[in-house]
Amino acid sequence: MITKSSEKQAAFIKNHKKQRMMITLLRLLVLILFIALWEGASNYQLIDAFIFSSPSRILQTLSEMVINGSIFYHTGITLFEILVSFSLGTFLGVLIAILLWWNHQVSKILEPYLVVLNSLPKTALAPILIVWLGHNIKSIIIIALTVSIVVTILNTLNGFHSVDKDKIKLIYTFGGSKMDVLRKVVIPANYANIISTMKVNIGLSLIGVIIGELLAARAGLGYLIIYGSQVFKMDWVMMSLILLALLATGLYQGIVYLEKKVSRYNM
Amino acid sequence: MSPLLDIKEVYYSYHSLEGETETLKKISLSIHKGEFISIVGPSGCGKTTLLSIISGLLKPSKGEVVINKSLIHDTAHCVGYMLQKDHLFEWRSVYSNVLLGLEVARQKTRENLDYIETLLHNYGLQDFKHFKPSQLSGGMRQRAALIRTLALKPEILLLDEPFSALDYQTRLSTADDIGKILKKEGKTAILVTHDIPEAVSMADRVIVLGQRPAEIVKIFTIDLSLRNRTPLASRSAPEFGQYFNAIWKEMASYDH
Ligand SMILES: Nc1ncnc2c1ncn2[C@@H]1O[C@H](COP(=O)(O)OP(=O)(O)OP(=O)(O)O)[C@@H](O)[C@H]1O
Ligand SMILES: [Mg+2]
Repeated sequence: MITKSSEKQAAFIKNHKKQRMMITLLRLLVLILFIALWEGASNYQLIDAFIFSSPSRILQTLSEMVINGSIFYHTGITLFEILVSFSLGTFLGVLIAILLWWNHQVSKILEPYLVVLNSLPKTALAPILIVWLGHNIKSIIIIALTVSIVVTILNTLNGFHSVDKDKIKLIYTFGGSKMDVLRKVVIPANYANIISTMKVNIGLSLIGVIIGELLAARAGLGYLIIYGSQVFKMDWVMMSLILLALLATGLYQGIVYLEKKVSRYNM
Repeated sequence: MSPLLDIKEVYYSYHSLEGETETLKKISLSIHKGEFISIVGPSGCGKTTLLSIISGLLKPSKGEVVINKSLIHDTAHCVGYMLQKDHLFEWRSVYSNVLLGLEVARQKTRENLDYIETLLHNYGLQDFKHFKPSQLSGGMRQRAALIRTLALKPEILLLDEPFSALDYQTRLSTADDIGKILKKEGKTAILVTHDIPEAVSMADRVIVLGQRPAEIVKIFTIDLSLRNRTPLASRSAPEFGQYFNAIWKEMASYDH
């Protein structure tokens, strides 16, 4: 009996592995097919490589920019802006949520304003911020900050308010203060919630930074995109898009990694 | 001998926009050191409210609670309170959960830490210190929550349906464990429960509360002819059934 069931188990696992291999292979195939079609179409002049670019031209551009180092400069600036606005957005957002949790009165007063700010498309603020702050990195970071901070505040505050009332009561039974409630229950109970807000935030910061760069930058991937499209250097545009996609994926995976580390301590 | 805990004509009402909810009405009760009191009553009658008042978390609308001859709010720390659920924090290890009370009360002294070691050792949690709460059984979780409360050396322990989350078997043995622990540590305890056999098996006196606003309807003094009384052994005492019936009848006349 036992050998029979473990044989079936082995067969099941083997089958499962085979399935996963197949999926990985097919995924690669889709990518290869896409690149090959794109390259082929531009080679046989089915599409205009001047407008649509082509994989070989993108590779060519990339290697030139790697050799003269400018790609590291532009990617570095964009990455820097994302990381600064993401960290600021998360830190300030959580801090403000803590203050609002602490002072119920202030929280009640500000509630309608937060709701309005949340539903406002923050990108509409970008031109104003540029007028106020100028064409520089500072205004790009502030633009990205406005995109992410309100959501962070609302999500975090919501998490703080949904902490089990009896867990809070427990701290008071030990003679604890509101500070103890915050430090021992409210914040630790929200680790997972804060991380998932960070996941949303990293995407929002990326959007904010690119909008800022499209409007105001003199460097960065967003700048390459807008400048490239203005001077019809579509190879720059496409390459920047691909680098952005890689950057976004990398940053997101970073947060997922952090989440895994934290969840080992928490739930 | 003057009582350890004296509840004097306590009234309590909750206020909200929908109106006033009269919850406790003229509750008077004296409890002596080492006594074990069970409180039973229909759900929503105000049992948790009464415990919150004894612990000093709520102030009575009228009347007063005196512990060791001083008013409750100066002495809140000598009351330990076990809530309806164990509320062990999943982001802390079992050991660090047990330390929570000492941490919050800023009493992490060498002496108190040693006391925790002894409790963990005596009550079988020694080897589970570094586990996460979710890796413990229901009964063990309840014992961990009890140690967390005992660590502050309270003179009076309030237990709000501490076994209600456990399955029947575990419930019997955990109640037995905790009853023995409290007796051994010489604690005075007030247990709130829905379960009449549980109330009788653990208590020296059973207080029956009526519908909200809760008043004390009747007090039963439990006197069992047993030499070494433990909660589990009590259940087979000859008088057990009579007490059960009397309390059940009393409650049935209020329930609907
Ligand atoms: N914070 C509050 N505000 C208003 N009313 C409340 C509040 N807490 C409890 N009540 C009401 O007071 C009454 C008594 O509540 P309490 O929790 O003390 O009852 P209980 O006897 O412990 O009930 P249960 O058996 O369900 O645990 C209930 O009717 C409840 O609705
Ligand atoms: Mg209750």
